[in-house]
Amino acid sequence: MLENLFVGIADWLRSLLGGLGTPVEINEAIVMLVKLVAILVFILINALWLVYMERKVAAYMQARIGPNRVGPKGLLQTTADIGKLISKEIVIPGKADKVVFLLAPVLIFVPTLMVFAVIPFGKNMAAIDMNIGVFYLLAIASLSTLFFWMGGWASNSKYSLIGSMRVVAQMVSYELPLVLGLLGVIMIAGSLKMSDIIAAQEHTWFIFTQPIAFLIYFTAAVAETNRCPFDLVEGESEIIAGPYTEYGGMAFAMFFLAEYANIMVICAMATIMFLGGWHAPFGLDFIPSWVWFFLKMYALIFVVMQLRWTYPRIRVDQLMGFSWKVLVPLALANIFITGIGMKIYQAIGW
Amino acid sequence: METSIYSVIAFYGLAITILGNATLVVFARNIVHSVLFLAVTFIAMGGLFLLLDADFLAAVQVLVYAGAVCIMVVFGIMLIQRADMKATNQFNRQIFAGGGLVALVVAMCAVFAGRTAWTELVAAQEVPAGTVQFIGELLLSKYVIPFEVAALLLLVALIGAIVIARDEEVKANAGD
Repeated sequence: MLENLFVGIADWLRSLLGGLGTPVEINEAIVMLVKLVAILVFILINALWLVYMERKVAAYMQARIGPNRVGPKGLLQTTADIGKLISKEIVIPGKADKVVFLLAPVLIFVPTLMVFAVIPFGKNMAAIDMNIGVFYLLAIASLSTLFFWMGGWASNSKYSLIGSMRVVAQMVSYELPLVLGLLGVIMIAGSLKMSDIIAAQEHTWFIFTQPIAFLIYFTAAVAETNRCPFDLVEGESEIIAGPYTEYGGMAFAMFFLAEYANIMVICAMATIMFLGGWHAPFGLDFIPSWVWFFLKMYALIFVVMQLRWTYPRIRVDQLMGFSWKVLVPLALANIFITGIGMKIYQAIGW
Repeated sequence: METSIYSVIAFYGLAITILGNATLVVFARNIVHSVLFLAVTFIAMGGLFLLLDADFLAAVQVLVYAGAVCIMVVFGIMLIQRADMKATNQFNRQIFAGGGLVALVVAMCAVFAGRTAWTELVAAQEVPAGTVQFIGELLLSKYVIPFEVAALLLLVALIGAIVIARDEEVKANAGD
């Protein structure tokens, strides 16, 4: 019952629409629309709560209590914050490129939300199970660089410009080890389809067969989302807030929420590629598959948040060197060894 | 390719988007705006590939052109930062040379379009569901030599870039 909760809702909707006598294609289109809107609402609400989670984790690590006044246990804190931010005036700097300046915080959410369409949140729970799922995700995610740059450029401020240069340099550099890290998994699974990759992990999760790939992916992914220790992009002691310096109110909040949505993407991706997706460990099948997926995802999100409050920021020159001199060669070596290993396994007939 | 009314509408919508944005790339005064229009053009071209059931090529189009080529141009713009960006995408006076070149390209396209047997192409077999595998197999069998040559070319470009950057670094260190 609980296992098929969401699949059941989709089937119920489909049969309900089937009773109305409308053409099948239109019914399917409506079901798809409902699925995508449900994901969209879920992601936006989740991004809100992740801000709260971040503050609680930070407070926990610094032996504080954290937000505890608004709502039970402070749970409505971010809702109140967003209410305040929405009511703020939109300030556009005098020499800013107005249209681009206003477009950037709107568009920043587009790639992130598009990516969620292919993520399987549980058994049979991907809105669209695409043949080239992983590749689609990487292609769309690469677009967000452009939107960060748009925001930083259009602000026409020194700090924003330096910030956006750092965004572009960092995101381009770390995209390479990220993709190369995932390649090892794709080689073993032999497919770019998310459901196939998860099915290939029914017995062994890829984190055990590809531990180096997992570390490379996770490091590069943290850098992709501009999180600490790779948050040079918005290093407040050097360049105020990087590309977001000139933004205020809800426009700033959009960048902020997009960051949390991006953390969800990379952690969901790590869950799918390395932690067996919605598969239950130790045969604990009585807990629904989607609960497992979210448990794994939130565990990884917790790790990402913990990293931020544990490590200091690294230097700019270290940042580039680490990607090109450590992660990329390591990822290439991993692909090479994976290929040889697969050939040996085939030769001895496992 | 489907020929239902929806795909026809989608095709003309995408065609208008591509042509409109491509025109704006040329006519925008600010080169930053040109890059952004260029990105829209590339993404819309990815849509055309989707219309032809080539999902892998569509993703490649977005990843390589919108995600990488545009970023390269962005790098170029940021490195040649100027105080006034309003008039950075200017016209020169080579109207006749440019016009002649465009006429040549159009004439060539027309010749090849006239020679191609379109009806036979359309009647060809359906696109298989998983195109990635077939593309991969073709790249490593029939087209392996061009594939390797392209890889070599990229390697040479990479080494060349390193040599150029390295040279300046050595000189800068010598000056200290």
